[in-house]
Amino acid sequence: MSTTKRRLIVDGVRLDGRKVDEIRPIKIECGVLPNANGSSYVEQGKNKILVGVFGPREMHPKHLADLRKAVLRYRYHMAPFSTDPRRSPAPSRRDTELSMIIRNALEPALFLERYPRASIDVFAEILEADGSTRCACTVAASVALVDAGIPMRDLVVACSAGKIDGEIVLDLNDVEDKEGAADLPVAYMPKLGKVTLLQMDGVLTQEELDKSLQLALQGCKKIYEFQKEALKMKYGKQGEKGSVEQD
Amino acid sequence: MGIVLSKLLENRDFVVPGDVLAEGDLRSGENTYRLRGKIYATRVGLVEYSRGVVSVIALEANYEPRIGEIVIGMVVDVDLSGWVLDIDGPSLAFLNVTDALDEPFKPEMVLPNVFDLGDLIVAKVVNIGRDGTPKVSTLGLDLGRVEGGRLVRMTPSKIPRLIGKKGSMVNMILKETGCQIVIGQNGIVLVNSRERDMMDLVVQVMQKIESEAHTTGLTNRIYEFIREMKEKRRR
Repeated sequence: MSTTKRRLIVDGVRLDGRKVDEIRPIKIECGVLPNANGSSYVEQGKNKILVGVFGPREMHPKHLADLRKAVLRYRYHMAPFSTDPRRSPAPSRRDTELSMIIRNALEPALFLERYPRASIDVFAEILEADGSTRCACTVAASVALVDAGIPMRDLVVACSAGKIDGEIVLDLNDVEDKEGAADLPVAYMPKLGKVTLLQMDGVLTQEELDKSLQLALQGCKKIYEFQKEALKMKYGKQGEKGSVEQD
Repeated sequence: MGIVLSKLLENRDFVVPGDVLAEGDLRSGENTYRLRGKIYATRVGLVEYSRGVVSVIALEANYEPRIGEIVIGMVVDVDLSGWVLDIDGPSLAFLNVTDALDEPFKPEMVLPNVFDLGDLIVAKVVNIGRDGTPKVSTLGLDLGRVEGGRLVRMTPSKIPRLIGKKGSMVNMILKETGCQIVIGQNGIVLVNSRERDMMDLVVQVMQKIESEAHTTGLTNRIYEFIREMKEKRRR
């Protein structure tokens, strides 16, 4: 740690020009990969993430299949060129852990019991990383799952909050995550009002935790609107109001 | 006597999974689920309220086999007593010898001589096992190995649009293009004709149906489209 730590918030404005309760510009697109059953592409700040979904399909290898329900497999992977310096392309311990965490965040939204012995495979590739990638990956994956036509209880949204320079801020980027005091990623099902992921890295008091959580949930709700917009972009035009021909 | 206001949206409104469609006494139909007195959507689609039922017309859905449906699949394994078919569903389908041949099973039968690995097969779902494995049969008119033509994929949930009301759409396409069309409910469609041009046209038509699946007067618009394309080709 350097002795002269630089300030991350100057006059209420963060290094990238955001206010404390502002999310980064976000862009969500779905149906970008023709060979996947469902796919999405998300840009959040400098994060660039591509997600493909396959299934439900027969599980291979067969011994991993569950006789009672489908198995969700999630692969979180950072491309070698996604960070500076370049990272090894082999999945790291961190990648394995995040895969599990995001899988657990998505599972409550899926009807896995409807597809016994099947697998649902989600592949998330981080092309460029800029902090809070686990949240961005969750956001992207839930859009891709919907795009694959897989039934879901609700969309899953995720956003982080944290503490930098003694203030609680929303949606940390890479620098804020590394130099800040605490980081709190939250995944949330907005319509059911359920939190499916809550982690904390750093130290927060109880009040700060409460405040961060509330702020993160607000961020989730903002991002939720972008998710809906992305789905509407692809599917909204297909049905004009009052115009369905039934058979 | 108060009427419970249970519809929360207009008919044909666009919904995404998790959207609340209704509260109270309505029954939960396709692509919806009920939780604590509320009915939620499970897929992207258009909400539909009818006679006490709320459902969602899915704009994207993975294929879930049902008894009686025609599917097109590929042989991925030959077993001792039958074939394993990949029908793009949540699990592989099984075609038993007795459901493929009109004669009793004899141990000396050589299964790969009937259907071999990689063969495409038009089959009918006759049963769904307790473990969810569909059992299919090729006994019946127009079932069996695919001998030629072109395969086109479509979202399985949009297959009903390609068929139309009582087959109006597909019959119109048949008549206008003279192509032979076999529709698999699993989203795989086989188009066959001696005229390449017409096969190309059918592929184009299917793409158009896919992108405009739920709009009014689709059959008429497709009819105009085919006429127009045919006119262009003549010139």
